[in-house]
Amino acid sequence: MSNRLVNILVPGVSVILGLLVGAVVMMVSGYDPVEGYIALWNGIFGDAYTIGETIRQITPYILAGLAVAFAFRTGLFNIGVEGQLIVGWFAAAYVGITFDELPKMIHLPLAIIAAALAGALWGFIPGLLKAKFKVHEVIVTIMMNYIALHTSNALIRAVSDGGDNTGGINPTASLRSEFLENMTDFSRLHYGILIALAMVLVMWLILEKTTRGFELKAVGLNQHASEYAGMNVNKNIILAMVISGAFAGLAGAMEALGTFGYASVKGGFTGIGFDGIAVALLGANTPLGVIFGATLFGSLKYGATNMPNEAGIPEEIVSIIIAIIIFFVASGYVIRLLLERFSKKKEAK
Amino acid sequence: MSFLEILYFLIPAAIAYAAPLIVTAIGGVFSERSGVVNIGLEGLMVMGAFIGILFNLTFVNVFGESTEWIALLAAMVVAALFSLLHAVASVSFRADQVVSGVAINLLAVALCLFLVKMIYDKGQTDFVQERFLRDDIPFLKDIPILGPMFFQNVYWTSVLAIGIAILAWVVLYYTPFGLRLRAVGEHPMAADTMGINVTRMRYIAVMISGGLAGIGGAIYSQSISLDFGHSTINGQGFMALAAMIFGKWHPLGAMGAAVFFGFAQALSIVGGSLPYISEIPSVFLLILPYVLTILALAGFIGKANAPKALGTPYIKGNR
Repeated sequence: MSNRLVNILVPGVSVILGLLVGAVVMMVSGYDPVEGYIALWNGIFGDAYTIGETIRQITPYILAGLAVAFAFRTGLFNIGVEGQLIVGWFAAAYVGITFDELPKMIHLPLAIIAAALAGALWGFIPGLLKAKFKVHEVIVTIMMNYIALHTSNALIRAVSDGGDNTGGINPTASLRSEFLENMTDFSRLHYGILIALAMVLVMWLILEKTTRGFELKAVGLNQHASEYAGMNVNKNIILAMVISGAFAGLAGAMEALGTFGYASVKGGFTGIGFDGIAVALLGANTPLGVIFGATLFGSLKYGATNMPNEAGIPEEIVSIIIAIIIFFVASGYVIRLLLERFSKKKEAK
Repeated sequence: MSFLEILYFLIPAAIAYAAPLIVTAIGGVFSERSGVVNIGLEGLMVMGAFIGILFNLTFVNVFGESTEWIALLAAMVVAALFSLLHAVASVSFRADQVVSGVAINLLAVALCLFLVKMIYDKGQTDFVQERFLRDDIPFLKDIPILGPMFFQNVYWTSVLAIGIAILAWVVLYYTPFGLRLRAVGEHPMAADTMGINVTRMRYIAVMISGGLAGIGGAIYSQSISLDFGHSTINGQGFMALAAMIFGKWHPLGAMGAAVFFGFAQALSIVGGSLPYISEIPSVFLLILPYVLTILALAGFIGKANAPKALGTPYIKGNR
């Protein structure tokens, strides 16, 4: 079996196994899995409105997935996407509410860039610590998540004089689109999806078509070899985290400028950043793969909200399925082993 | 309020908040000392908190006043079994241990909420009736100054937590089992050559961490939150992870760090009613444990060295 085929089969098999385990969980808990999956399907593709909302949900998932995937490709594990997203969310909302005389041509890009910069800054710190002090980025990014959560909550309270909401952004900073809303029966679908898709292209261009991208990947594959080849390892590590953080910050901008139009105090994480890990893994850390992963997980996540109404099944079942899929993709070694045995047997016959 | 009165007020609160962190952090020490990264502490704590509440609500009529202690045991057993998933994925299936830990966290929250909604038909459980209560420790409570500070108004679970930390220290540093566990985490090939079963040691270590994190979660849910919902644990597991690193992967260090983080948490919650402290914005107290951990890792507060083989699956025959 060719390597390429196995690379596609492992995520495929994992998704099927995940859905099967989900069915078993539903059955054991006394729910009807067929009814459940029909409700899930209707929650994703039911009508124009749900399709619009599904695509809206996919938008931040693409960007969060890109952030994790980009870091993975450069040999880094960015668990901090969640925190970078939260600071991006606040930065975009802050720019959105603060300026009110700017034309849209300037205001909207400014808000988006602010989100990317905030995310990039949140990625820069673990990158710098990794480069200068050899501190493992996993722990630092986890800690940065909580710092982001508490700090952005405090900032939102400060901006709103003790309230728990920044208030709506000015229309000049909004990503909302009448055209897309009309097309999807007044869902909250916004222009952000175009930005997300553009970023997929950007990631591909950086990694595959630029010298810098080649260096970033080289450092991820072998630091020592890269150093002997004359590359600046430290600079590349920091840059990789900054770019990854910028993608995550943009995911926050999608929520601030598109879906919600404000930032509010959060009791816990959004979960998008952690699901981004699942998206990247499933997409094998390639830009195109991220689109597929985000489409799958975004659809599942949004479709799940229909399950309690239509089938009486708690929507957490989908989070269970996603977690199981991550387990299987992470344990790809075993699936690979089984696939190889399976194909060898066939050849023997 | 005099300075001493502030201490009488703060220290018991700090120790109360520290207890779940201590136990969970010790669990982390076992797992990571054997070479298995355990980001899943948060999820294991969630599982423990849920099982503690579930058991408590279900069997309160059977066990009466000792319900919360038996619930602690139940939480330990279930969380240890749940951690087997992490062990299987990261030891046998050679999965990326961080990814597997993330999956544990997602799965635990999803599974527990799913069960809450299935069993109770709402987003969180009822409050438990039998909870851990504060008590004075006989004899020690009469010591002047130290008595009211450390031995009056404490939870017995705090005593348990400190006992577990000391026991873990003895086990890890003064028994053959502890030596083997640390050897497996530093140099698995050498350990294997000396006849130690690396896979078995790592399974045991991960399950100990699961059991202890389960106890930690159940202590938290039965003494602080008293019910279970989606935000019950909310980062306690990650703070325990931070305490483990801040304590440099040593049981007593982890305990000290956990007490310190418990102090920071207590300050951020009850600090508003204290002079001076109420003037510090609470956000600084909230982020303090995380900032300190980053500083510790960066080497500003002594060098923290992780076990050598941390995060790498052991593959027999590989050099």
